Amino acid sequence: MTATATPRLSGLPDSPADLRTFLHGLPGVDKVGIEARAAALGTRSIKTTSKAQAIDLAIRMVDLTTLEGADTPGKVRALSAKALRPDPADPTCPSVAAVCVYPAMVPTAAAVLAGSGVHLASVATAFPSGQAPLDVKLADTRDAVAGGADEIDMVISRGAFLAGDYGHVFDEIVAVKEAAGPAHLKVILETGELGTYDNVRRASWLAMLAGADFIKTSTGKVSVNATLPITLVMLEAVRDFRERYGRQIGVKPAGGIRTTKDAIKYLVMINETVGDDWLSPDWFRFGASSLLNDLLMQRTKLTTGHYAGPDYFTLD
Amino acid sequence: MPKSPKAAAAVAERSRLAVRKTYKLYVGGKFPRSESGRTYLVDGDNVALASRKDARDAVLAARAAQPKWAGATAYNRGQVLYRIAEMLEARRSEFVALGVGAAEVDAAIDRWVWYAGWSDKIAQVAGNANPVAGPYFNISSPEPTGVVGVVAPGSLLGLVSVIAPAIVTGNTVVVVASTPQAAITLGEVLATSDVPGGVVNILTGKAAEIAPWLASHDDVNAIDLSGVGDAELATELERAAAGTLKRVVRPAPGADYTTDPGTGPMIELLEIKTVWHPKGF
Amino acid sequence: MFEYAPAPESRSIVDLAPSYGLFIDGEFGEAKDTFKTINPADEEVLAEVALAAPEDVDRAVAAAKRAFKSWSALPGSERAKYLFRIARIIQERSRELAVLESLDNGKPIKESRDTDLPLVAAHFFYYAGWADKLKYAGFGPDPRPLGVAGQVIPWNFPLLMLAWKIAPALATGNTVVLKPAETTPLSALFFADICRQAELPPGVVNIVTGAGDTGRYLVEHPDVNKVAFTGSTEVGRQIARSVAGTGKRLSLELGGKAANIVFDDAPIDQAVEGIVNGIFFNQGHVCCAGSRLLVQESVADEVLSSLKRRMGTLRVGDPLDKNTDIGAINSAAQLARITELSEIGAAEGAERWSPPCDLPDRGFWFAPTIFTGVTQAHRIAREEIFGPVLSVLTFRTPAEAVEKANNTPYGLSAGIWSDKGSRILAVADKLRAGVVWANTFNKFDPTSPFGGYKESGYGREGGRHGLEAYLA
Repeated sequence: MTATATPRLSGLPDSPADLRTFLHGLPGVDKVGIEARAAALGTRSIKTTSKAQAIDLAIRMVDLTTLEGADTPGKVRALSAKALRPDPADPTCPSVAAVCVYPAMVPTAAAVLAGSGVHLASVATAFPSGQAPLDVKLADTRDAVAGGADEIDMVISRGAFLAGDYGHVFDEIVAVKEAAGPAHLKVILETGELGTYDNVRRASWLAMLAGADFIKTSTGKVSVNATLPITLVMLEAVRDFRERYGRQIGVKPAGGIRTTKDAIKYLVMINETVGDDWLSPDWFRFGASSLLNDLLMQRTKLTTGHYAGPDYFTLD
Repeated sequence: MPKSPKAAAAVAERSRLAVRKTYKLYVGGKFPRSESGRTYLVDGDNVALASRKDARDAVLAARAAQPKWAGATAYNRGQVLYRIAEMLEARRSEFVALGVGAAEVDAAIDRWVWYAGWSDKIAQVAGNANPVAGPYFNISSPEPTGVVGVVAPGSLLGLVSVIAPAIVTGNTVVVVASTPQAAITLGEVLATSDVPGGVVNILTGKAAEIAPWLASHDDVNAIDLSGVGDAELATELERAAAGTLKRVVRPAPGADYTTDPGTGPMIELLEIKTVWHPKGF
Repeated sequence: MFEYAPAPESRSIVDLAPSYGLFIDGEFGEAKDTFKTINPADEEVLAEVALAAPEDVDRAVAAAKRAFKSWSALPGSERAKYLFRIARIIQERSRELAVLESLDNGKPIKESRDTDLPLVAAHFFYYAGWADKLKYAGFGPDPRPLGVAGQVIPWNFPLLMLAWKIAPALATGNTVVLKPAETTPLSALFFADICRQAELPPGVVNIVTGAGDTGRYLVEHPDVNKVAFTGSTEVGRQIARSVAGTGKRLSLELGGKAANIVFDDAPIDQAVEGIVNGIFFNQGHVCCAGSRLLVQESVADEVLSSLKRRMGTLRVGDPLDKNTDIGAINSAAQLARITELSEIGAAEGAERWSPPCDLPDRGFWFAPTIFTGVTQAHRIAREEIFGPVLSVLTFRTPAEAVEKANNTPYGLSAGIWSDKGSRILAVADKLRAGVVWANTFNKFDPTSPFGGYKESGYGREGGRHGLEAYLA
């Protein structure tokens, strides 16, 4: 494997064969069991003060995202403005964690977000398919960072992963990490294409071993995006990874999380599986677009005591 | 049975003195005398009179034989039972000479054949898959209950009709027989029929003396009271069996063993085990 | 830290009367002698309940005997419709019944709501469908009912155990006199009301409340043809003795000390969930609880540290709070038993551990507890504790695991955790237990027969097999 500037963890598998042995030696994941556990956590009833607390935390964890062919500077500026002040009517409403856009839109967003504390994330590496030569992926990454992105959301080569070429995937992540320089690296596993929870666990470990700062479920561009059980497998992976190597990695479910109720289920899951340490925007993000308005509506309901309507929240 | 048929045969065969058979117990595949040294006279023969310690030894033998017998393939157990039928057919005249009616011997032979065929079918009849409301594979299958103490009815057909359904599914038995010569002769059939030692153990003697020790024995899983005629004894045995929650096959006074036994006698000595497993990629 | 605000289920959905009489021949009688039933979570009296005297049981059995004639003669398709009706009413009243069950039993509302009540309704639906199909069940071409069934049920799943008893009995054409447990009589009385709502003919179901003496009188009643009991092995033994020689049919679902075996190739996170579910579900008041954890030595440390971490997230408290995982111990007597055996465990040298948790001041509570360093010789490895207490033992090889698992007079259930199919099947084959959960635990379904080997009882409840106990 390629050498890298990232501080190496001790005790890493040091050949593709070792890597394979390591990944296949991880405990299996029973599908029915993990889904039952996630569903059980989903039945927690979060009311009143805890709900208010959860909503504000969820807002602070949102990576407000637009990843469309139709994105324009106007759209991205509007989104970035919203990221800074999600509810213009309520100054107590926190900002979101980050704005997430394509590399071409990074300078536009950077102009709005500069100095605000809201991070700027960019998908790179031939998002969403990842089907491009490595040098293209690296150039994509460097461009995004140069334009002002401080977080890079890369995709792994699912084809290589599914073909068992773990060394290839590992090397790509290492290379992108290097190209990203100081930017935080989120590695998108595209779990909806991995087929099994066992693969989600292996891909999580592979990404973490290769230097990911965050592991992220999905691009939002395939039919199965973030789910509670998939995120639970990833949370277990970051928990076990920290126990083994002492390094904490973040988790980002993306795609398909649209309601406050959904978001709170994730927070409950963090709370009861990996604990407090991950209950922060530094360690957990929601990749979402429509989620934010639902959070705002529920927030308003809690403060005003009556149900809110969509006309009172900005569409971007 | 008629009085001493062998004496009559000896008279007819004056040319030489007959060699008499000694009727001993059948335990662990061997034919030991009672450890008590006791015998009792039945139709002119001194027959071993089993004691509680013989019962104890027989339970040990039955327990030792049980896992392997239950672990044999159903096909194999069927073959062994069929072999019993063959050997019984070959020794048909011996039973007739003991006074068992020819038709009854034939019925006993046919009963072994009937049960031989059940060995690899009973699980399909007594077990089934269960369509649970969830992503689980779920199946219920019968297993032998283990060691069965049997108080056998007083006829060859009755004896076969309680032993065969017990052992065909993988149980082992300790039988208290009230027709000693026929029972021990059946033991000889079994001993020459590929039945592993200990699968069937036959004690001759008094049910009232031996059966309570089987009913209260902690290492006996079930007790078959088919041959208990005395209601008071039956109640006493059933009560003793409650000590370890043994399965009890209740007395069958007046049972007609010539009719189709159905699956009941097998099912009463089976446990149903249900196994769950999730289904998921 | 993310604290959950209280999320109590409203108890106003349950309308409790100050006192309840016996339900005999379709009518609730006046309560003469009574006893109190309390909420174990706060020791408040919920209601007074009639204490059935022998003559009351006589009347109930007589009513059931009278009703048997017409009920058993009814076409199966008609009996089925009564059972379907009952099942539907249970579904419609399930929230009310769930809250009631949690009040009287102490179990968390999420379990009574998501486990007990759905299973209760499903059980009636399942057996309703059998009522007109009995000749296809494999018990002969013309299976007949037995007569009056005397049924005695425990307090751990009051309404579910009632369903397990009454649904197959009625489907097969028997009539019933049922005695609920002394500490949890209320849901059976509400069920009686459901029978009236369903216009079930009088006498088909009779409910007599009382204590041990009432139950003993019922099972020994000469006009009872069938006895079905769920409860302790000790009482089961007494019943088997008392029934001896009477010719009454008997089915018993008794105690257990299940081994939950975790192999080194297990899906560890799910295994930990299975261990937790196995012993802490329903406060461990479960006869098939996975109360002996057998963990392979090579993963024991990993499994135990995960287990302890997971136990730290269990929420003990108000049974009506929707986020409660572990509710109240059902009675002071049961709490005393759990406490005593736990003290014995510690005294015998096992290492005791519980996560930090605040227990309410009133009511009966016991923190989730594990004992490590337990051997087969410890009493806590042999005796049923029937509480949230897990004994942890280790093993080295599959053969040793099987040997230890089977080394008990009980044989109700067992668990296996492994990713290797052939090992699971081989171990499942060798375990002497009526229910084997592989890579799961404490799963129940009306189609799936339940019951034990050895001193865990005999007969099966649920599934096609469950019909046999009620048919001649």
